[in-house]
Amino acid sequence: MGISWTAVYVLWLREMKRYVRAKSRIIGSLIQPLFFLAFLGLGFNRMAVPGMQAGTGYVQFLVPGILGMTLLFSSSMQGLSVLWDREFGFLKEIMVAPVGRVSIVLGRIAGGTTTTMIQGLLVLAVSFALGFRISGAPHLVLALVYMVLIAFTFIGFGLIFASKMKDMQGFGLIINFIIFPVFFLSGALYPLSNLPLFVRVLSYLDPLTYGIDGLRGAMIGVAVHSQALNLLVMGGSALVMLFLGAYFFEKSESV
Amino acid sequence: MDAIKVETLTKRFEDVTAVDGISFSVEQGELFGLLGPNGAGKTTTINMLSTLLKPTSGRAEVAGFDVARQRDSVRRSIGVVFQEPALDGKLTGRENLEFHAMMYGIRKAERARRIEEVLTLVDLADKAAVLVEKYSGGMKRRLEIARGLIQQPKVLFLDEPTLGLDAQTRRHIWDYVKKLNREAKVTIILTTHYMEEADYLCGRIAIMDHGRFAALDAPARLKDVLGGDVVSLEVEGEAEPLLAELRTLEWIKKTSRHGEEIRLTMEKGERRIPEIITLAQALGITVSCVHLRKPSLEDVFLHFTGRTIREQEASQSDRNRAMVIGHGRR
Repeated sequence: MGISWTAVYVLWLREMKRYVRAKSRIIGSLIQPLFFLAFLGLGFNRMAVPGMQAGTGYVQFLVPGILGMTLLFSSSMQGLSVLWDREFGFLKEIMVAPVGRVSIVLGRIAGGTTTTMIQGLLVLAVSFALGFRISGAPHLVLALVYMVLIAFTFIGFGLIFASKMKDMQGFGLIINFIIFPVFFLSGALYPLSNLPLFVRVLSYLDPLTYGIDGLRGAMIGVAVHSQALNLLVMGGSALVMLFLGAYFFEKSESV
Repeated sequence: MDAIKVETLTKRFEDVTAVDGISFSVEQGELFGLLGPNGAGKTTTINMLSTLLKPTSGRAEVAGFDVARQRDSVRRSIGVVFQEPALDGKLTGRENLEFHAMMYGIRKAERARRIEEVLTLVDLADKAAVLVEKYSGGMKRRLEIARGLIQQPKVLFLDEPTLGLDAQTRRHIWDYVKKLNREAKVTIILTTHYMEEADYLCGRIAIMDHGRFAALDAPARLKDVLGGDVVSLEVEGEAEPLLAELRTLEWIKKTSRHGEEIRLTMEKGERRIPEIITLAQALGITVSCVHLRKPSLEDVFLHFTGRTIREQEASQSDRNRAMVIGHGRR
């Protein structure tokens, strides 16, 4: 069965409606990055962080990291939202419809990516208000590409786990033992060169490391890796994660 | 043509056989009931027939399509109302229906028309713009039934349609279900553990217990198996001569006496009562009170499974808990 674009559209539309109506959720998910930016950014701004290029203020360094963090959390939650649908029974309504699984996965990815991008752009807007400055328009486009690739990667990641789990019980474990380490290892808060070698090895296995480095390159012109490498890794991980997410979702039983 | 054809359908979860080789068929236009305690395998059966679960073995056809190999064709032919609400509370009633209609690829003009139609049918037209999380349990159920009808299914599955609803709402839903079956000619399969519900609604009932069918027939025929109705008589004066006379009648299957009361088991009790009264009068005995009790499905359940449905549920609760923990499903 081919892809039903009506189904993709209506699944996307549902996400949009839910997102717009959950005002407290929007605010709640903005508070965390805002605190990070305000307290870490302003607090450390005048301090010299070892390993950071001279002349780059800490806020400049931090904003791409916090943006990456926002995208990481928002998109993982979107992928994992299958669990909520299972919990509240709505998944059955989706699964019993005469719509191919591919269309359902595409609808989820479309909805998840849109809400994640909105969250990211809101954080970016707040960063501008706090004094962050980007270096030019073409770079913003590159930054948007990284944002989408990060969103894809972790929506796929969320889908994998949501398909493997039957209830909400493992949820806290995933947040604490996977998502937080992915965040801390990514170099979002400080240059990775400050970490001991064995931790750095883990960092280089974390796709978000390349996403955030790419964002830094695009937004403040400072990056550890070349943009070609960053794009290659992020593009590859987005592709692999989406494919695996769709595969496991397809395989999972719906009740 | 049969709307549903099931042959030795089985579903095993790791260590529990939830459905154990059941076979049956349902004709088009029938209102068919699966009656049994929680954990008997009713919902698992519905989940297999509605393509949500893959059968471990055996086969089933719904509307002429194989549930394992022609899932999308089956999905296009059926409507399902699940046991637990499957609505999005953050959407309004109408939006839930819109979502559903679009998933089924119904075009805009037709969509609007059918949504109005089903909303009117379940009396929710004036609540369509309210978020579903604000609905009462009965309203949610009605909305789900409405939703199951939008795609005009050939077969409608109702899994415990009135579970947890008050008596009045239950009555309403029964009437909708009957009307649907009669007027829209929809084949309906429903599961229930309410005796009255199965009795009132279903043309035929399968009594399900431990994943198997203990019996399958029309409610009235199932009750006939018990040997018929119980007629109790209270007489003034000496009851023994009447009792002796009654014992000689071949249509009376059982007699017993409890003080002033005579208890008789027979078929079609209401037609025999005048005869009994006439007999008593001929013997000069005055009957002061007559009481007729039709056997209930509860009695039938007891007869076929050896226990009442309530006892059955109590004994199965451990088994269920194991299933819920192990598999997160019922």
